[in-house]
Amino acid sequence: MRFVPKQIESLWTLFTAPVVWAVHFLASYLSAAVFCAKQEQLAFGFDMLRLAIATFTSVALAMIVLSAWLAWRQWGFGAHDPPHDDPTGHDRRLFQGFATLLLSGLSFVAVIYVAMPLLFVTECWR
Amino acid sequence: MTRPETASVKGRQAQAERLRAVWDNPSGWRYWTSVNNFQIGLWYGSAAFAFMLFAGVLALLMRMQLALPENNFLSADLFNQAFTLHGTVMMFLFAVPIFEAIAIFLLPPMLGARELPFPRLSAFGFWSFLIGGVFVCGSIFFNAAPSSGWFMYPPLATDKDFSGIGADIWLLGLSFIEIASIAAAIEIIVGVMKCRAPGMRINMMPLFAWYLLIVAGMILFAFPPLIAGDLLFEMQRMFDWPFFDAQRGGDPLLWQHLFWIFGHPEVYIIFLPAIALMAMIVPTFAQRPIVGYSWIVLAAVGTGFLSFGLWVHHMFTTGLPQISLAFFSAASEAVAIPTGVQIFVFIATMLAGKVILSVPMLFGTGGIAIFVIGGLTGVMVALAPFDWQAHDTYFIVAHLHYVLIGGMLFPVIAGIYYYYPLVDARKLSDHLGRLAFWQMFIGFNVAFFPMHLAGLRGMPRRVFTYPADIGWHWLNLISTVGAFIFAAGVLVVVIDVLRPKHHAPRGETNPWNAGTLEWISEPEENWGVRSIPIITSRYPLWDQKNLASEINEGRFYLPDAQEGYRETLVTSVLDAEPLQCLRVGGTSYVTIVSAASLGAVFIALTFHWWITALICGVVTCAAIIYWLWTGTAEIPEKPRKDVGLGLILPLYVSGPSSVGWWAMFITMVGDGTAFASLVFGYFFYWTIHDDFTAGLAGPGSFWPMVALALFLAAWLALLTARTLNDRGQPFAMRLSLMAALFLTAGGSAAGFMGPWSHAMAPTAHIYPAIVWILVIWMLAHAAVGLMMQVYCLARSLTGRLTDEYDMDLRNVVLYWHFLSITAVVTFAVIGLFPLAI
Repeated sequence: MRFVPKQIESLWTLFTAPVVWAVHFLASYLSAAVFCAKQEQLAFGFDMLRLAIATFTSVALAMIVLSAWLAWRQWGFGAHDPPHDDPTGHDRRLFQGFATLLLSGLSFVAVIYVAMPLLFVTECWR
Repeated sequence: MTRPETASVKGRQAQAERLRAVWDNPSGWRYWTSVNNFQIGLWYGSAAFAFMLFAGVLALLMRMQLALPENNFLSADLFNQAFTLHGTVMMFLFAVPIFEAIAIFLLPPMLGARELPFPRLSAFGFWSFLIGGVFVCGSIFFNAAPSSGWFMYPPLATDKDFSGIGADIWLLGLSFIEIASIAAAIEIIVGVMKCRAPGMRINMMPLFAWYLLIVAGMILFAFPPLIAGDLLFEMQRMFDWPFFDAQRGGDPLLWQHLFWIFGHPEVYIIFLPAIALMAMIVPTFAQRPIVGYSWIVLAAVGTGFLSFGLWVHHMFTTGLPQISLAFFSAASEAVAIPTGVQIFVFIATMLAGKVILSVPMLFGTGGIAIFVIGGLTGVMVALAPFDWQAHDTYFIVAHLHYVLIGGMLFPVIAGIYYYYPLVDARKLSDHLGRLAFWQMFIGFNVAFFPMHLAGLRGMPRRVFTYPADIGWHWLNLISTVGAFIFAAGVLVVVIDVLRPKHHAPRGETNPWNAGTLEWISEPEENWGVRSIPIITSRYPLWDQKNLASEINEGRFYLPDAQEGYRETLVTSVLDAEPLQCLRVGGTSYVTIVSAASLGAVFIALTFHWWITALICGVVTCAAIIYWLWTGTAEIPEKPRKDVGLGLILPLYVSGPSSVGWWAMFITMVGDGTAFASLVFGYFFYWTIHDDFTAGLAGPGSFWPMVALALFLAAWLALLTARTLNDRGQPFAMRLSLMAALFLTAGGSAAGFMGPWSHAMAPTAHIYPAIVWILVIWMLAHAAVGLMMQVYCLARSLTGRLTDEYDMDLRNVVLYWHFLSITAVVTFAVIGLFPLAI
């Protein structure tokens, strides 16, 4: 098995990083909501929740970095400049790579945004 | 680039005449049976615009009432009806549908296609929308309009004494319209992905198409939670199931979650298409390609995703844990990044080009200026502590109108002025346009800016009057004056559109010298494009010399309609390589009959006319089956066809390369989202109670597991049927289909036995109610799955489904993939989860 996936021809790759963001967001929100609703029945405290979400965040960021690297490769490691509007398969791939790279950047920042409350909130205040 | 001569001049004329005849509309009253994207788009847009004017009049009535303190121009109840209907109509009957309309109208010529892949579905969507819209709007004339606010919060809206029949009209009328929106989403996604002109790779796609693709995807995930919410809500109102009744374990907050999971993405579903119009208009008037095409794609996709992480910011004051609020606050701030990117792209394009300040640009830039102010107050209210102060005040009213009118209404008017020549071959008046713009721009700010101040002074939204001595009166008076100036501007636009123009000479085909393909379309012709071109640029009319004349001379693909069918090309997703010649549905009554009978089901349910609802339901089913039987998966008279330029393409394709398969896939993704929302409801109730079963009996594990086993067996039998069909064994295939049929019936009975045998009473408590609703959802889908199996059997027996022509069977198998997932989740949740807690 290859560690780094082969280049694939699909539109779906464009959505990799935002999907990672969405999964991270849902995982963070749902685990916090369930924790706060059920904390009296749980054997662990808020710090464990923070640790869990920090773990989600690290995994999510790592996946986004991988997606960004794959996008960077698809973009030819930046050897070509936009606008990538030639009617060729080559330019189409460059466009996909560049757009995916940009989305990875946005998703990276958005994941950090969503994780930041963990730095400041330390219990289930209402 | 010149194309070889494909036919003589005379031959080309004959081709054009055949093509024209095939795409022609019927005359007289049968004109209304048209399914052509041009007519449907126009009707859809006109109806949405008319609803907007109606809702605008309601707004003026409200402003009259609020102009003076302690006024009695409107009664409190009528005021409640007016603001509820104003919000509802603007959101559901104008803002979303107008873009479905514009998309249906513009996408085919913009993509170089004859039609979207399912024209009858578009027509069905339009008629559903119109019937539902008239029903909802008409209620106010009988003093029966919904009056609990456009988001219908329980317990007010579930209380029959306070909310009357209006709430049912809202729930059922809008559920019907939501179906129309999902139909449009399917049409748009498949159209953009599979029906682009050859050569129009995804890096060449017009930005409008990119935006619409994302928006249609958002509709697919945003509307179904509301449909699920509507279902729960109506079950409570009709049959007293306690979903939102706290006394019996329900919770009004679940409605708020489901509503806003829809409601916040909705804002972007409205905003992105408006920005998409700007992305078409700005390059034309800067006379240069857009700067940062990829950045726009980033912004569209990024906004599409992030907008789903914002819904709780409408619920900051409901007492959720602060950690939850903080997640949503963070995402609400993050969404400002892609939104800002779009604005900067437009500014950069304008700076890089030489801007012509035409009427569309005036409305566009004016709208963006207003939108930016709304965006800034949006960043303010995204901060939970500020929101606690501003929540439910006029500050929010001001914010949302700045966002929606700046981000949507102004760009739409820009779009009307820009695209009107495609409707009537003439421009609207420049003079009236400028007049309208300044009235609207000034009137808007005079009306809505003071509302920020009124809100900060504590004026709550939705009050029908206020005392004279608390300092709100002059702010309100200014707002009312502004509202009438604004309305006068809208009136000028209406006059400009409606005034007779036939005495004016016909204008040029591309009056703004735009670069995108929709500008070759001629309003006199119904065929979309005379021939389907090969595209090699993002702005083909600027870069591909003689393109328009060669298209109009029929020198590209499908210049003819020899067999008398409406045809368009299906191309590949990434590189738009031609794959299939698709025959699309033509003029038909069946769309109107289906929509009218389905509408009658919803209307009858509102008034609890059960028998009528049942009869209309049967008529709807019959109409849809007739529609499918006569109009889909038809076996062509020959397997392949010469589409011109020496290219021969298949006429029938099944499985993942067919448009029908994708339509089923997309429908089921939406359907799965609604189901996921119900499952979310189950676990939501689990979180809010220490023991959400309240000690009541559950469905047990036995019957749910039996049901699951039978459904999975039915699914396997169906997979076997498909394999046998591939091997050319029709008899064995039919046997396998029949086995699947019996297994489905058995699974449904077993599924029903779970809650039934344990005498679960859904009106007693939330636990039996939510279990029953999951089971009912499953059984309803099983019933549809059963009908599909019978349909395939009938198609096979009549020779319409063979090993070579197997589209029906493949689509049904796809449906069953989703159904088996639904079965696994439903029965595992209701049967096994109670054991785990």
